[in-house]
Amino acid sequence: MNAPRAPEAAALMIEREPFYRPLHGEVELFEAAWRNRVPVLLKGPTGCGKTRFMEHMAWRLKRPLVTVSCHDDLTAADLVGRYLVTANETVWVDGPMAHAVRIGALLYLDEIVEARKDTTVVIHPLADDRRTLFIEKRGEVLKAPPEFMLAISYNPGYQSVLKELKHSTRQRFVAIDFDYPTPEVEAGIVARESGVDAEIAARLVRLAHMTRNLKGNGLDEGASTRLLVHAGKLMAQGVAPRAACQGAIALALTDEREMLAAVNELVSAVF
Amino acid sequence: MSWSAPSSEPPHSAAQLEERFEELIGAVLSSRRSAAGIAQALADAPRALQDFALRWVAVTAKSSPELAYQFAALAPRAVAELGTAGAERWLLAAMDVYDREGLYRASAELKDLGAYAERARERGRGIAFEDAARVLGPFVSGLSGRRLRLEASDAAWTDTSTLYLPTHVSLFEAREDNFRVYKLAAAFLWAQARFGTFNLEPAAYPREARERARLAFLETLRLAARLERELPGLYRDYLALAQPAPGAEFVAAAARLAAPDALAADSLAELARLPASAEPPRWPFVGLIDPERALGVRAERIEREKAALQRALASLPSDEGGEFDRDTARLLEGGAFAPAPDVASLVESIVQDLGEIPQDYLRPASDAGYRADGSEPADAQPAEDGADDGARLYDEWDFRRQHYRRRWCALRERDVQPGDPTFAPRTLERYRAQLRALRRSFEALRGEDKRLRGEPYGDDIDLDALVRARAELAAGGELSERTFVRRARHERDMAVLFTVDMSGSTKGWINDCEREALVLLCEALEVLGDRYAIYGFSGITHKRCEVYRVKRFDEPYDARVRERIAGIQPLDYTRMGPAIRHLTGILAGVEARTRLLVTLSDGKPDDFSDGYRGEYGIEDTRQALIEAKRAGIHPFCITIDREAGEYLPRMYGAVNYTVVSDVARLPLKLAELYRRLTA
Repeated sequence: MNAPRAPEAAALMIEREPFYRPLHGEVELFEAAWRNRVPVLLKGPTGCGKTRFMEHMAWRLKRPLVTVSCHDDLTAADLVGRYLVTANETVWVDGPMAHAVRIGALLYLDEIVEARKDTTVVIHPLADDRRTLFIEKRGEVLKAPPEFMLAISYNPGYQSVLKELKHSTRQRFVAIDFDYPTPEVEAGIVARESGVDAEIAARLVRLAHMTRNLKGNGLDEGASTRLLVHAGKLMAQGVAPRAACQGAIALALTDEREMLAAVNELVSAVF
Repeated sequence: MSWSAPSSEPPHSAAQLEERFEELIGAVLSSRRSAAGIAQALADAPRALQDFALRWVAVTAKSSPELAYQFAALAPRAVAELGTAGAERWLLAAMDVYDREGLYRASAELKDLGAYAERARERGRGIAFEDAARVLGPFVSGLSGRRLRLEASDAAWTDTSTLYLPTHVSLFEAREDNFRVYKLAAAFLWAQARFGTFNLEPAAYPREARERARLAFLETLRLAARLERELPGLYRDYLALAQPAPGAEFVAAAARLAAPDALAADSLAELARLPASAEPPRWPFVGLIDPERALGVRAERIEREKAALQRALASLPSDEGGEFDRDTARLLEGGAFAPAPDVASLVESIVQDLGEIPQDYLRPASDAGYRADGSEPADAQPAEDGADDGARLYDEWDFRRQHYRRRWCALRERDVQPGDPTFAPRTLERYRAQLRALRRSFEALRGEDKRLRGEPYGDDIDLDALVRARAELAAGGELSERTFVRRARHERDMAVLFTVDMSGSTKGWINDCEREALVLLCEALEVLGDRYAIYGFSGITHKRCEVYRVKRFDEPYDARVRERIAGIQPLDYTRMGPAIRHLTGILAGVEARTRLLVTLSDGKPDDFSDGYRGEYGIEDTRQALIEAKRAGIHPFCITIDREAGEYLPRMYGAVNYTVVSDVARLPLKLAELYRRLTA
């Protein structure tokens, strides 16, 4: 039985350029932060391109990318690492955070507020000028190399008191605000990503704007660019536009019967 | 609520039925109206129908044996005409009338079966404004950035802030077609507001009703071309309903009005060219135009939004002396410069009215004379007058306006007067057997922070397990993978607030069951160790909403609390919204990972006056629950509702709820529900 190991740095490299359409200088800002070893906080609604942006930046900076999707059972041990048992010994296996520090990767903690509160213990020393990771179980102190960078994402749209980012955490980061792009740009993105023609893409974006008008007015979130791309991909495969939008957009947005009917009416108004 | 599928059991005989009727409604029977007659009529019916009739006779007899008798006599005919579900609604409607207006009106209602059936058919086919508006409200908000209200009216027209739609549409056989008429009517009114039907000088509009109707039709043609470009799907609906075809003059005008830059002025020009004889066809979705009212509302809005925009700009950094230039305006209009969402919709609304942002709008304003929220003036006396005696003021959602009534409800906290001290012990005695099982099932839930050994993965290595595993390996066995210690967090970091309906309608055994349920629940919760509080609510009118303290979060469960539970009694009405808002506030102040608000009520929200009864109350309650959810609280609603009203999915749609149809089972059911909810 071979000891489980963290993936090679090479496997985490992004070879082909991920498509990303810069909106207002976020690429330059991110690069400047990286050069100055300042961690970054990506803010914005779901599906507006935060993860894609990270992939793009990893490719651009030629650094491996370690992404962790945080969930409410994610502990500090999950991030740092733990001992595992093999045939004849116990082996230490780095968690994604320790691994990312060792190989000088970009570490992206997606939806950080979902993680358990004890993760702040390891995030804070890594996010300020100490840039260190203390591995308690091994008594090891990892000093982050200059190429290492921590980025976290946060969706302020959740209006839950439980999902607030603490100030002691957020004030360690340079924030980059993400929002949906202008209609023309967004249509371009949808067309490029899904393969539908410009006319269909423009209609999808029009539909998205209609649902975004309903945010806080029956819907918790409007349709994200990602949902539009999904709908577009279905259409590119020959699914009828209304069916594609109902499946990829309306049902994804709400479970409420009347709201669903309203969104479906919007869909059939546009298509 | 459902009655069982056609039963395979043999039908009751006339004699059996007669005996049951004697039992249920003996009080109103006499030699002239014996049970034999109605029993005979039902004896030939299938068993399912007999059971249906018996069940509802039993239910109705509790309110009025007389009404129950009349129902029994009419039941076979009613089921034949309306089906069982329809007959149920017919009876419930009559019982509603009985509650409000007494027996005389109720029995008239019941006997008028034919008229009811006719209305039911009409309703089934047609669609009422309320039903259409639930879908069309969000639909219209989605189409446009400006918040438009929907209201019922005699005809379809708009004043550019509110879309007025007819109260009922039943032009077609199919419900979908009728809905389509509603949808198109709303869409064209929206388009009038959106594409500048009312952006002309007041004097330009014709005065005569016929001319206005012709202008409305020409505008419909112009706007249809707009829809074709922007909302092709809707345009297809339009083509399907735009029958009969208009005359040649109108077709020619439509071709000219289809130009992308056609404006309301072009429709006016076409109106002037029309021969006097040209009569537009009557399309079901074409509304009226009322320039006077629309222009009034528009002018008022323009003023308000100008002030609001200037105020918003005042908070933006600007270069020289506070003036913004044309570039800013262009950026705002084009949406390239991203202002806060509320400013963005303001800009959108202004551009809709005026086509651009005028230069003088860009002068940031001082604070004077501006209503802070940019909303329309709040009307009518809010409940301010109660504010001095410790009352809290809460907003209330008015669905007709799609706005909150600000500080509308005055709510006070009061103590429940302690009741019979023997009530709780008696209850515990009565449920002694079930209580033991209840306690055990809650004990199983009670979790502690445990170190689980022998886990397949975990934070650390379980040395004992590892040694064992190695020994087994040495003995030729397989190496176990279960060699880790995991800290399982079973901590129930939970705070729950129970709120019970203390309205007059719970009088009698609903109230008894509520109190028993609370006693058992407290016993169970004490085992579990969750933090909990219990409040009751009732009130009359928005000026006197009351929340009654039974047990606060920081209070132990002791004899005083038990006496207060016993003292819960039916009081006034069910205005649920303010109570939910107040208790949401209390719960939000408690530090816990999960906060749960459990409401226990007996049906529709109801209040004595100011139209809370019915739709208004349902919508306000729904809104209050949505607010609670936004505050990070999980609301859960338990309804004791014999009628399983159709309003429940709407009212509780946003949150979880359950219906307890058998009140007698509530005491055990409540604890069980809580257990399932938090397991």
